Amino acid sequence: MSAIVSINNLHKSFGTNKVLNGVSLDVQKGQMVAIIGRSGSGKSTLLRCLNGLERIDSGDINVCGHDIHHPDKLNLRELRKQVGIVFQSYNLFPHVTVERNITLALTTIKKMATAEAKKIAHNVLTLVGLEAKKEAYPEQLSGGQAQRVAIARSLAMAPELMLFDEVTSALDPELTGEVLKVMEDLSKQGMTMVLVTHEMAFARKLADVLVFMHQGKVWEMGPPDELFTNPKTAELAKFVSSEL
Amino acid sequence: MTSFTFLHVEYLLQAAVWTIVLSLVAFVFGGVAGFVIALWRVSPNKTLRAIASWYIQIVQGIPLLVILFVAYFGLAIAGFKLSPLVAAGISFAVYCAAFLGEIWRGCIQAVPKTQWEASECLGFNRFEQLQKVILPQAFKIAIPPTVGFMVQIVKNTSLASVIGFVDLSRAGQIINNSTFQPFTVFGCVALIYFCLCYPLSALSKHFERKLNVSNR
Amino acid sequence: MHYTFDFMSVFVNWPRLLEGAWLTIQLSALSIVLGFVVGTLCAIAFKSKSWLLQALVKTYVEIIRNTPLLVQVFLVYFGLASIGLRLTAETAAVIALTVNVGAYTAEIMRAGINSIHPGQIEAAECLGMSKFHVYWHVVLLPAVERVYPSLTSQFILLMLASSITSQISAEELTATANLVQSETFRSFEVYVVIAVAYLALSFLFRAAFWLVGKTAFVRKRKLGTNL
Repeated sequence: MSAIVSINNLHKSFGTNKVLNGVSLDVQKGQMVAIIGRSGSGKSTLLRCLNGLERIDSGDINVCGHDIHHPDKLNLRELRKQVGIVFQSYNLFPHVTVERNITLALTTIKKMATAEAKKIAHNVLTLVGLEAKKEAYPEQLSGGQAQRVAIARSLAMAPELMLFDEVTSALDPELTGEVLKVMEDLSKQGMTMVLVTHEMAFARKLADVLVFMHQGKVWEMGPPDELFTNPKTAELAKFVSSEL
Repeated sequence: MTSFTFLHVEYLLQAAVWTIVLSLVAFVFGGVAGFVIALWRVSPNKTLRAIASWYIQIVQGIPLLVILFVAYFGLAIAGFKLSPLVAAGISFAVYCAAFLGEIWRGCIQAVPKTQWEASECLGFNRFEQLQKVILPQAFKIAIPPTVGFMVQIVKNTSLASVIGFVDLSRAGQIINNSTFQPFTVFGCVALIYFCLCYPLSALSKHFERKLNVSNR
Repeated sequence: MHYTFDFMSVFVNWPRLLEGAWLTIQLSALSIVLGFVVGTLCAIAFKSKSWLLQALVKTYVEIIRNTPLLVQVFLVYFGLASIGLRLTAETAAVIALTVNVGAYTAEIMRAGINSIHPGQIEAAECLGMSKFHVYWHVVLLPAVERVYPSLTSQFILLMLASSITSQISAEELTATANLVQSETFRSFEVYVVIAVAYLALSFLFRAAFWLVGKTAFVRKRKLGTNL
């Protein structure tokens, strides 16, 4: 079975700052991969390389069959139809309703008829438990609701891979639960997910693979239980003890 | 048909001096009146507020050219025969007063309500509040839009040409009528206006940047 | 003061004045629509990667904003005629007014476009939307909603400024008033009447823009908040 994501020896710098220093990683279909680490370890940058938001300097990277390391051959829009991403600041379109936030991409990109698009919007909103809010505007939603709508918006495009960039970090503690529940349901339905997160309990319980990043490298990688109980490196041990 | 020579440019530059004079007259008289209007707009006195509000709404809803015609042709009939310079000066002052009044009202209202509360609690009366606390702060906020409006004032003086006053635009028309080279003549006129206005525009943007930085 | 006001001699000319007002409306409306398109395209050009395009647009905007409309009108009407392009006064008026309002619209729309959070654009691109669709749905439409008050103020100023085109004999309201004045010698009455007429036109335009705003910006109508 070929991997959905295949990264080999990825390097990326911002100016003189070397952010990714030889990262190699595979993600299989249906897996949930959680990336943890201190700020500055390169986690978000790695995630953003996966859908072309960041350009890589060198290395091989293949996502959903697209060779991202050859930017001139890459069809970014095709890639992004197969890879969905949810941001920390949800980035919902404030001037249209929740339903329109979801149908906008469907009608403009997939050229769907409005009725069909609305049906899909209904389905994904039901999945995240927000069908009742479809006529609301983003400013009327709580943070947790807005984030769930953002997830629904990406899901509507039927991606093969979903990326989550610290999606609960900006939420009040009592609102993270509802978002994590949606992500758990998604994983159970077989979605391939890569998430950058600080939610250790969530990662430990649900991730198939835990990736600990440090100084731009994959420092340790493996089943979460193993990494948490038996960290092989001092850095991971320190990180785990400080987070728990 | 004469050709456009340096003498003509000199003539234009001399007329430009009148443009500057007219702009200053408009700004000074319009500014004083505008200041009163701005204060009336924020006054606790309902009547003063209404008068100022109506004045601004009416003047802002009429073209400057029409105000000019009322002042020059209209008042002449009523027995007030005004020279083009005086008619233009009065019209521009009336016009500027409305716009500056509105701009400055906005700047006064941009001073946080807490400043009013604090100064009132210290025992200042309204006059002292304005003089010592509110207006100094409003003044700083007012600099960028006021300098920006000066650009409008300079451009508006071009309308004085319509009632025969020999400002820069009229001088251009006179020269064009003998040289018949509108592109060259009016191009030169535009260039001179640009040299008068652009520094003011740039200054306004500079002050605005400074203000935004100090507010952060 | 031995002057008797005679407004009747002005009022009997109301058909002509109405025609003049109608032309004012037409000139203004056409220039506003065309100028808005020009200005929006320029605002988009401000963000282009080509420094040449940016420089051209910036030059256009600065020249127009720092020179009087009267001179711009003369340049279009007399200037183009001198190189063989003879335009009617009305055509020259529309061109000059469009060019003028285009420059102001460019500045206003530029501020509006810059106010759109980059995260929005990123999110739309990550959904796979084409650059055109991103620009249209996520940048331009919300930008127009944000700067709508500034835009409408500018457009009303343009309608009032159309009076300047009377100087090249475009037969709009002010020019018609000048004609009536020269026939009746009732300067005060004529100009007071058209001052009132312009006030009415300002009100009319303001109401029209308000209506357009209420129709176009559904979210604002329903929630009443600013974007």
